[in-house]
Amino acid sequence: MGAEFVQLSLTPILIGILAAIACALPGNFLILRRQALIGDAISHVVLPGIVVAFIVTGTITTWPMLIGAAGAAVVAVIIIEAIRRVGRIEPGAAMGVVFTALFAAGVLLLEQTDTSGVHLDVEHALYGNLESLIWFSAEGWGSLLDPQALAGLPPELFRMAAAAFIIGVLTIIFWRPLKISTFDEGFAGAVGVPTTIFSLGLVIAAAVAAVAAFDAVGSIIVIAMFICPPAAARLMTNRLEIQVLWSIVFATLSAIIGYVLAGYGPLWIGRDHAVSAAGMIATVSGIILALACLFAPHRARIGAPKEG
Amino acid sequence: MSEVALELASNEGKAVAKPLPADSPLLIQELTVAYGEKPAVFSVDASIQPQSMTAIVGPNGAGKSTLLKAVLGIVPRLSGKVLVFGEPIENVMQRVAYVPQRASVDWDFPTRVIDVVLMGLYRELGLLRLVRRAHRERALACLDRVGMADFADRQIGQLSGGQQQRVFLARALAQNADLYLLDEPFAGVDAATERAIIDVLKALRGEKRTVVCVHHDLATVSDYFSNVLLINIRKIAEGPVATTFTAENLQKTYGGRLATAHIDQLKLPVA
Ligand SMILES: Nc1ncnc2c1ncn2[C@@H]1O[C@H](COP(=O)(O)OP(=O)(O)O)[C@@H](O)[C@H]1O
Ligand SMILES: [Mg+2]
Repeated sequence: MGAEFVQLSLTPILIGILAAIACALPGNFLILRRQALIGDAISHVVLPGIVVAFIVTGTITTWPMLIGAAGAAVVAVIIIEAIRRVGRIEPGAAMGVVFTALFAAGVLLLEQTDTSGVHLDVEHALYGNLESLIWFSAEGWGSLLDPQALAGLPPELFRMAAAAFIIGVLTIIFWRPLKISTFDEGFAGAVGVPTTIFSLGLVIAAAVAAVAAFDAVGSIIVIAMFICPPAAARLMTNRLEIQVLWSIVFATLSAIIGYVLAGYGPLWIGRDHAVSAAGMIATVSGIILALACLFAPHRARIGAPKEG
Repeated sequence: MSEVALELASNEGKAVAKPLPADSPLLIQELTVAYGEKPAVFSVDASIQPQSMTAIVGPNGAGKSTLLKAVLGIVPRLSGKVLVFGEPIENVMQRVAYVPQRASVDWDFPTRVIDVVLMGLYRELGLLRLVRRAHRERALACLDRVGMADFADRQIGQLSGGQQQRVFLARALAQNADLYLLDEPFAGVDAATERAIIDVLKALRGEKRTVVCVHHDLATVSDYFSNVLLINIRKIAEGPVATTFTAENLQKTYGGRLATAHIDQLKLPVA
C-alpha cells in the first residue's frame, strides 16, 4: 500500500465511498416511504439531461453537464409530482414507464449525436469513469500533506465530498421531522411539520446525490446505492437511527470491496483485464443485500404474525 | 372574533345558542374539501361544545377522516373557515392532539414504542433539542396511562392491533392538548383495549378537555359520547346524543344502506 496505491486507487475509492453514502442516505427514507423508484427515476433522466447539455454546448466540461443533469432532475421531480397529482394510474407503474422511456430516449439521442471527439457514450453513462479519477500529482501518503499535490486532486472528489457533506448535514439537522413525516405524514402535518417541503426536499437531495455521482461513477452505482445498502441495513435492526448507520457501513464496504475486487480480482483468478469498478461495486452491494436477506437478525418481519 | 359570531347570527336570522367562537374548541363553517373534482366534504357547519365528547358518525367514504384532516390543515380546504379556540389552527397547534387511523401508517417502520410516544413532544423538542430524562419519563407516564409501560422498548411491528392503537393514544396524551381529535380509535381493537381507551377518553373529559372521535360502531355511540355529528359529505345533524342520534337521522345519514332492523336493535328514541 504505497505510492502506487495513493496515486491510482485512493481517490477512486474515496469518490466511490462518498457517492455510495450520498445516495444511501436519502435511500433509507425513500425506501421507507415506498418511493425507492424515485431514486431510480432520477438516475434515469440524468442521462438525457447530459446528452442535451452536450448537444447544446458541444462540450463535456463539468458545468454544462451538471446543469443539464440538474435540469433533467428538476423535470423528473415535476413529472413525478404530476403523476402523483393526476393519480389515476398506479404511480410506481407510471414512473417506471416514463423514466425508462426517457432513459431510452437519452440512449437514442446519444447514438444519433456525433460524440466521437469526446468521451461520452452509453458505457460512460452506465459505468462512469471511476478508474480514471487518479491522483496524478501524488507521490505517496506524504502527498496528503503537500498543498501542491493536493491541488492536483481530481475535481470529482471535491464535488462528491460536497454533495455527501451537504446531504449528511441536512439529514442530521432535519432528522426529527424527517423521521416523523416518514412514519406518519398525517400526524407530522398536525404538529406543524411542512410535510410537502420534506417530501420534495428528499427527492431534491436524491437528485443532488444522483447528479453529483453520475459523472464520476455512472448510473449503475447510483441506482444500486439508493436501494441495496438501506434495504440490507433495514434487516440488521429495528431502529431507524441504527439502520442509517448500517447503510453507511454497507455503502462504504461495497465501494471498497467492489473497487478492490474489480482491480485485483481478475488477476487472482488468472485473467489479465480488470473489470468495471462501478459494475463490481454495484454487484457487491447486491451480494451484501442477499447475505442480509439470508442471515441478518431482523429479516423475518414482513408477514410476521401481528395479532396476539 | 366577535365578527364571526355576528355573521353566524345574521346568517340564521335568529339568536344562536351556539357558543361564541372563542369559547368553542372547534368551530367549522361551510367547510368544503375536494380531492380532484368531487367534494369529499361539502359545506359542513359544526360547533363542538367545550368539554364534550363528540362522535363523528357516517358511512364509509362520508368524509369523516377528510373533515378531521381539513380541520388540522393536513389536506387543503377548498372553502370555509375553521376556528380552534377562536383562532386559526396554525396559532394553536400545541393545543390540539391528533390520532390518525391506525391503518394509515406502516407498522413495520423501524422504531420502538417509546420513540413513537416521544414524537408527541415534537413541538417542544423542535429540531435539535436532545431528549432528556424528563421527556422520557413523561412519555413513559403516557404509556402507563394506556397500560403499555412494559412495552416501551418493543419494536412497534411486534404489537397487536389493539396495542398499536394504545401507543397512538399515548402519543396524543404526550401532546398534552386541550382538544383531542381521534380517527376511529376503536376500529379493530380487542375488548380490553376498547375499555382502556374509553376510560382514558372519559378521564380527559373529566380534566376539562374536549374529545372528538370519528366512530364507526353505532351500538356504542350512546354509551360513550355526549354529542354526535352525523355527516355524509354534507352535515346531516348535530347535537346531544339523546336528541340527535335518532332512527330518522341515521336513516338520512346512511340512506338505504342501513337496514331498519339494524336501527331497531339500537333501541333509539324516535324523533
Ligand atoms: N388522498 C385521497 N385522494 C383521493 N381521494 C380521497 C383521498 N382520501 C379520501 N378520498 C376520497 O374521499 C372520500 C372521503 O374519504 P374519507 O374522508 O376517508 O371517508 P371516511 O373517513 O368517512 O370513510 C372517499 O370517497 C375517498 O375515496
Ligand atoms: Mg376514515
